Amino acid sequence: MTRAERIAEICAAHAALEGPLLPILHTVQAEFGCVDAEAEQVIAHELNFSRAEVHGVVSFYHDFLPEADPRPFIELCRAEACQARGVEALVAPAEAAAGDRVKLKAVYCLGLCSVGPAARVGETLHARLDASTLVKLVESA
Amino acid sequence: MTSVRISDDALALACGADAVAAAFAAAGCTVERVSSWGMHWLEPLVEIGGMGFGPATPEDVATILSGRSAKAIGRIAEHPFIARQQRLTFARAGKTRPLSPEDYTASGGWAALERARSMAPTQVVAEVTRSGLRGRGGAGFPAGIKWQTVLSAAGSRKYVVCNADEGDSGTFADRMLMEGDPFQLIEGMAIAAHAVGAAQGYIYLRSEYPHAIRKLNAAIALAEAQIAPFRIEVRVGAGAYVCGEETSLLNSIEGKRGEVRAKPPLPALEGLFGCPTVVNNVLTLAAIPHILSEGGASRYDNLGIDRSRGTMPIQLAGNIRHGGLFETAFGITLNELVYEIGGGTASGRPVKAAQVGGPLGAYIHPRQFDQPFDYEAFAQADGLIGHGGVVVFDDTANMGALARFAFQFCAAESCGKCTPCRIGSVRGVELIDRIRGSAPVADPVTALPQMHNARKSAPSRAEDLTLLEDLCETMQYGSLCALGGFTPYPVRSALKHWPEDFA
Repeated sequence: MTRAERIAEICAAHAALEGPLLPILHTVQAEFGCVDAEAEQVIAHELNFSRAEVHGVVSFYHDFLPEADPRPFIELCRAEACQARGVEALVAPAEAAAGDRVKLKAVYCLGLCSVGPAARVGETLHARLDASTLVKLVESA
Repeated sequence: MTSVRISDDALALACGADAVAAAFAAAGCTVERVSSWGMHWLEPLVEIGGMGFGPATPEDVATILSGRSAKAIGRIAEHPFIARQQRLTFARAGKTRPLSPEDYTASGGWAALERARSMAPTQVVAEVTRSGLRGRGGAGFPAGIKWQTVLSAAGSRKYVVCNADEGDSGTFADRMLMEGDPFQLIEGMAIAAHAVGAAQGYIYLRSEYPHAIRKLNAAIALAEAQIAPFRIEVRVGAGAYVCGEETSLLNSIEGKRGEVRAKPPLPALEGLFGCPTVVNNVLTLAAIPHILSEGGASRYDNLGIDRSRGTMPIQLAGNIRHGGLFETAFGITLNELVYEIGGGTASGRPVKAAQVGGPLGAYIHPRQFDQPFDYEAFAQADGLIGHGGVVVFDDTANMGALARFAFQFCAAESCGKCTPCRIGSVRGVELIDRIRGSAPVADPVTALPQMHNARKSAPSRAEDLTLLEDLCETMQYGSLCALGGFTPYPVRSALKHWPEDFA
């Protein structure tokens, strides 16, 4: 099956939903690591939208990436509560450890505001981080 | 065999609860995974026969089982942090297995739905109105009036939408409720559906909460028969903070850009797919089963002060020694919350400020900590209680930097629909940089040849501060929603109380 056929199949599987676009985009993002121009075109065709409509939605949300990033991801919370617990001091050492190999992404709130600084790797959460535990996390990613 | 209870809440997992649970299982104990008590500084908290031990590590297992552990905190239910609370919405916290229908029914679950379904919709709405319950998402709009509007609205198709897009920093009560007691939220939604005549419900949940997504989906599948013919579907957000605003949330469910809609029309009249829609926060809907239980509405109304009735699950977060979930009647002061209950800062340094109500809430100076937790009292003091998050900062915090962050966050998360928010937030960052810079700098735009009427000298600090005040006023009164409208709160309060941080 080609990629376009698979995306059309994903669209068909969500056809019964009211307002199916976001669930479709999540599935495509999870399967291909991005929602790129080709995917947008297929989705627009399947849902009878214009490509501009689909691109407008894709580009609005932070979760959908225009191209796949093969690097491991670490999401570090940098919202106020984690700032109050000193996350900003950890950013420089974490970035140094990450280099170009690991993608260190800022997120705004993981809901672990009483035990920050907090980070997420996939579905695994980490709390009470300090510089050394965060650097270790980056190195093992 | 010893029975051990450990939470499987995302926060407990982040603190290493799985490893502790595995170590107890390896030591031959029966491990039961329950919801979290909400004493986060003690997570992973281990409960054996009502006695608590925490924060536990796998290495502590042997000493805990031998009864000689230094991490013993005594009887959990009698711990001052728990004993001082009035838990209604979080009555089951720490006590039940989140996905056990037996535990839920045994602790009084589904009785309120059964009672509500034996009543006429108007009676259900009347009880909600009488309880004095106001929207817990932040705006504090009376829930009963909203429900009445949807009930009276014409339309064969109506919706109940639960706003679970808990994006505010310093808040985690929605997450704890969804992970710890998902059936209560489902029951609350089913009661709302009966009250307004809706057949379909949606829970809009942020993608940053994968554990809550999984638990809710599992709970909905288990409760399908109980709530039928009402159906609930979880819709996952995609990382946009502004989608916590109710109209942009509705657009997002519809599969559109999460742009804010102008009101009117109110969502209660023209909401999801243009149909009358109840949009309530997780905590609002989760309070409903208690209110609809026999005599619950008047019990609820008897708690609280003035027009803020009932209880508020307050979240103590940031640099605080005893952080966690503290549900209590309205009227408690920040002094009690931050110092007596929270134990001051985690770092041991003096408290500098507390931000109440998320990123859009005001920074409150310790000398104002005597004001009561109440919607109107906070509004009068140019603040908001929002979703009940309290983030504490010690004296190392720079309030000028935090004010800049408020604008920066607004710029990053603005949906772009209205000008005050989209452009004002960017201008705000530039302005604060200029105010905090050591030397005055001229705006590069004014140096352009087209701007020949603009003056060439750099504005003075006083002029910049006036401009900042103007900008805040424009954003506050000119923005379509709370994102642009409330960003001035943290900025103005920081500038008012800590002008030295803007030097």
